[in-house]
Amino acid sequence: MTAQALIQVLASGLLMGLIYALIAVGLSLIFGLMDVVNFAHGEFLMIAMYATFGLVLWTTLDPIVVAPLVVGLMFCVGAFVYVAVVRYAMRTKANAGMVQIFSTFGLAILIQGAAQYFFTPDYRSIKTSWLGGHTLDLAGIFLPWPQIYGGLISIAAFAALSLISRTDFGKALEATREDQGAVALVGIDRNKVFAIGWGLGAALVGLAGTVLAIFYYIHPQVGATFGTIAYVTVALGGFGSVFGALVAGIIVGLVEAITALILPPTMKAVGIFALYLAVVFFRPSGLFGKL
Amino acid sequence: MSDATLSSLKLSGDAFLAKRRRQLMVAAAVFAAVACLPLGIGDVYLQNVLILTLLYAAVSQSWNILGGYCGQISLGHALYFGIGAYAASVLFVNYDIVPWFGMVVGGVLSAALAVALGFMTFRLKGHYFAIATLVIAEIGLVLVHNWDFVGGALGIQWPFGADSIWTLQFARDKVPYFYFALGLLVVVWLVTYVIENSRWGFWWRAVKDDPEAAESLGVEVFRSKLAAAAVSAFFTAVGGGFYAAFVSYIDPESVMSFRFSLLFALPAVLGGIGTLWGAPLGAAILIPLTEITRSYLGGSGSGLDLIIYGALIMAVALAKPEGLLSLFTRKSGGKA
Repeated sequence: MTAQALIQVLASGLLMGLIYALIAVGLSLIFGLMDVVNFAHGEFLMIAMYATFGLVLWTTLDPIVVAPLVVGLMFCVGAFVYVAVVRYAMRTKANAGMVQIFSTFGLAILIQGAAQYFFTPDYRSIKTSWLGGHTLDLAGIFLPWPQIYGGLISIAAFAALSLISRTDFGKALEATREDQGAVALVGIDRNKVFAIGWGLGAALVGLAGTVLAIFYYIHPQVGATFGTIAYVTVALGGFGSVFGALVAGIIVGLVEAITALILPPTMKAVGIFALYLAVVFFRPSGLFGKL
Repeated sequence: MSDATLSSLKLSGDAFLAKRRRQLMVAAAVFAAVACLPLGIGDVYLQNVLILTLLYAAVSQSWNILGGYCGQISLGHALYFGIGAYAASVLFVNYDIVPWFGMVVGGVLSAALAVALGFMTFRLKGHYFAIATLVIAEIGLVLVHNWDFVGGALGIQWPFGADSIWTLQFARDKVPYFYFALGLLVVVWLVTYVIENSRWGFWWRAVKDDPEAAESLGVEVFRSKLAAAAVSAFFTAVGGGFYAAFVSYIDPESVMSFRFSLLFALPAVLGGIGTLWGAPLGAAILIPLTEITRSYLGGSGSGLDLIIYGALIMAVALAKPEGLLSLFTRKSGGKA
């Protein structure tokens, strides 16, 4: 294999890794805030992809143009799910862990069923867009524009997240994560912070959905594929760590690309999973986890 | 602390023994009543639903040993189910070894694997553990997909042969499968019943409630988890072997996908984890409902069955977090 081919593989792996990081970071953020794993995270991604598809079809605008609308919509979806489901799941005294897993898992099945009911199980794709199908030729290394756009969006989102952590809201998030009881005493409404946290988490994975919709097939089960990768990414980086999600996402993208070189394509997930197991064997709470 | 531990502390020795005897008698009555069902139900479709219900009750009860009693939430039990199904199928189809033996081989292999994997995963806590089990099962699924010796993605078809209790092949009459599934449930139930009040049972609940405190009191936390995992994996695999004989055709997706891991946990969670009757009760509600919504509403993949199914899981998880069994045991339910 030539050096150029290797660079090609690593560059595409890196771009995909940035997109994985963007998919995973919302999950990690919500966990860090309130110790809840959202098992419907992949389904949030699926909703965003269908929303992008539908808006593009309806308005005939480009996916990039409708993206802010989808992100705003996903913020509402996330906040709504917190208010309508998770708030109740957190109130239970018995079997708290189970209730969280299975209430969000039930939600995931419900969303999948609804997608199948309203949109049929058919595979959809956005046929024409500004970026779709175009590649950048960088001295013999070919990179698809949608992935480049995704990588840049991801970097921008992580930069924005690090800025948010310095605002008053960011401080309220951090304080709520530290001590839920104490923040109430200084006038922070815990439920409001949690709802906004869920909105933010869903908006981030929604942003990833607007990118994926450009170059990936859209169908009711699409969330399951990316959902599993998101859980592995978050566990690898450490639950609750935003920086961990970024690093782990990039690692996952690179390892996946390299595995695809060595093993048959049907086994490309094995590389990621094996790496994850190797890491948690030595670091049980992931690379940057606090637990 | 769980209800059972508390109430067993409150009761004196005699009352405690009486309670245990009563539990056995209730079980005998329930299982005897279930055993009479095929007398009144001749419809093959309904018989199939009953068989699946009993099978899921048995496998979910096995999951419950590790997940409910010991508190280690596995989202990867499809791995053990798959090993059981594949062991029975490969041994029967390639080597003419009867599935009775194949199931036990699958069970032993699964138990050994569960112990080996336990050395790695039982150091993980909470969500990290659950996700590790999910990932390991996914690796198993991908490997089986790419392993030609066991049929790869195509799977294994059992040959059609004469009806026989040895080969567990019954082309028309489903009733023998019903009694095998019921027998498996009875065995797993009895194992749970015996273990519940053995040293292991108390250790498991201690590990579940507070591992650090248990450790400091001399409970061998790590070994307790390994033992629970081995027992749980063994019976899950036996269930898988039976399932393969029952459906006569398996492929990786139909026995090892993530969906199954959840399907094994769900009945126990809905019925009440860490209890003797939670998993059977959960299965008795969930499986007929799944099968019936699927056949009446799921035609042409409309998704309506999934909507109802998902909503039901959410509703039970949120409304009855301690499981549906708590509806029946109100007198001891005065929250501790």
